[in-house]
Amino acid sequence: MLKAEGIRAGYDESMVLNDVSLQAEIGKVTAVLGRNGVGKSTLIKTIAGLIKPADGSIKWMDERIEKKAPEFRARSGIAYVPQGREIFSALTVEENLLLGLEALPRKERKELPGEIFEWFPILREMMHRKGGDLSGGQQQQLAIARAIVGRPKMLLLDEPMEGIQPSIVQLIQQVIIDIASKQGMGVVLVEHSLDLAFACADYYYILDHGTVVSEGITDMAHKDLVKQHLII
Amino acid sequence: MAVVATQLFNGISLGSILLLIALGLAITFGLMNVINMAHGEFIMAGAYTTYVVQQAFSHYVPAALFNYYYIAAIPLSFLIGALLGFVLEKTLIRFLYHRPLDSLLATWGVSLILQQMARSIFGAPNVAVTAPAWLDGGLTIAGAVFPYKRLFIIALAVICMVALYLYLDKTAAGRKMRAVTMNRSMASSLGVSTQKVDAAAFAIGSGLAGIAGCALTVLGPIGSTIGTYYIVDAFMIVILGGIGSLAGTVFGALSIGMLGTVAEFWTGASMAKVIVFAAIVAFLQFKPAGLLSARTRSLE
Repeated sequence: MLKAEGIRAGYDESMVLNDVSLQAEIGKVTAVLGRNGVGKSTLIKTIAGLIKPADGSIKWMDERIEKKAPEFRARSGIAYVPQGREIFSALTVEENLLLGLEALPRKERKELPGEIFEWFPILREMMHRKGGDLSGGQQQQLAIARAIVGRPKMLLLDEPMEGIQPSIVQLIQQVIIDIASKQGMGVVLVEHSLDLAFACADYYYILDHGTVVSEGITDMAHKDLVKQHLII
Repeated sequence: MAVVATQLFNGISLGSILLLIALGLAITFGLMNVINMAHGEFIMAGAYTTYVVQQAFSHYVPAALFNYYYIAAIPLSFLIGALLGFVLEKTLIRFLYHRPLDSLLATWGVSLILQQMARSIFGAPNVAVTAPAWLDGGLTIAGAVFPYKRLFIIALAVICMVALYLYLDKTAAGRKMRAVTMNRSMASSLGVSTQKVDAAAFAIGSGLAGIAGCALTVLGPIGSTIGTYYIVDAFMIVILGGIGSLAGTVFGALSIGMLGTVAEFWTGASMAKVIVFAAIVAFLQFKPAGLLSARTRSLE
């Protein structure tokens, strides 16, 4: 269980998140929704360890981690796929994937798990191509695959379907559903599109002006009510 | 013909010396973006390590084995340089990342301390290191003589360059180093220990400076300021080659070596230096990113 409580975080003096609390369970997909600029990425970066919260706590498997470095969080089972993918463009696809193994203990860093290529077959064909030579959709698949190869227990996805062609969006949605339901991985999915998020999420949070304004089980949500918070 | 061959060889030879010196800097400055003014003193440490190994061989090892001291001195020079670099990174540099002026001043202070330490330990006058007998003489081809010492340094530079390339390109540690250079926060989010990578990178860069110091001992006497003499050239090479590009460093070293040798043949040592620096300044006006630039943290 990932549990963030009373998070205040931002950039320098400017606080973006005010008293945000969130829970994400292993084996479930938790969507974080909101318009642009409401603090979704700030929240996920704070959980990943890239932004230090000014206040609040983050518990992962009953351990406080808000002061731990990103590499510690990665090794404890929290993987992060940033908005914009941030693959290593000068490294090959294989090298990018091998870096994902760094989250595992040294003895388990031997080889890439085969299921990665079942989910993303294009990556096998592109193994020796430079990451920077891939298309946007291929890079997104690489970014998700790189996070999954380290067999995390919680995957933080920041707008993974942004600017991606529909067929790849469907593929990514299916992978998100599979890794949660079949692999038992938890997913925190940051998304601004209600339909895309609700297609795979079990639970949702809506952020507005840096605070949680609504939350609930997606199956029981009244979409029109949720949409009110997402309309610009 | 012999004159042309000799000058060409001298250019490559000077280029290879400069390359050995600049390779370490290509990592600490080029890849890690740290202006380490104490890099020259790691060269000095390598040179004095060679001197100490030679003294130890002459006192404690049978005379028949004396000529092999140099084989022992090369890895030891690397280790001493790497150790100094590791300690410097752990105790000082790691607190000064992203603060270039502070790191410049702090490492300059360290360089002065190291120089004074060398004077206190080995004395102010230069000391001579006797090159092993197997490096005496030279290869004569078509009337041109190619000294074994310089051929050895060229070979050493090539070996260091290839080893560094293999380390960065073919090993997991090198892959992590490149990843941290390209995107520190993402590498960290994948579980890469950036602090360990920083320390290892700095140690390797400093170790290479130690090997450069070891190589310099076969060319002449060594003193506490031996590194200072080459440090400006080394920074010039890394900037000319393109910050973050090891291939650029090779081109930069060879270009400066060749130009320096040709200019010195036609003019004199001082004027050659002026010509080389003027040429570098002029070149950077047209291509500020250097010969082969690469995207690194320092350029983002």
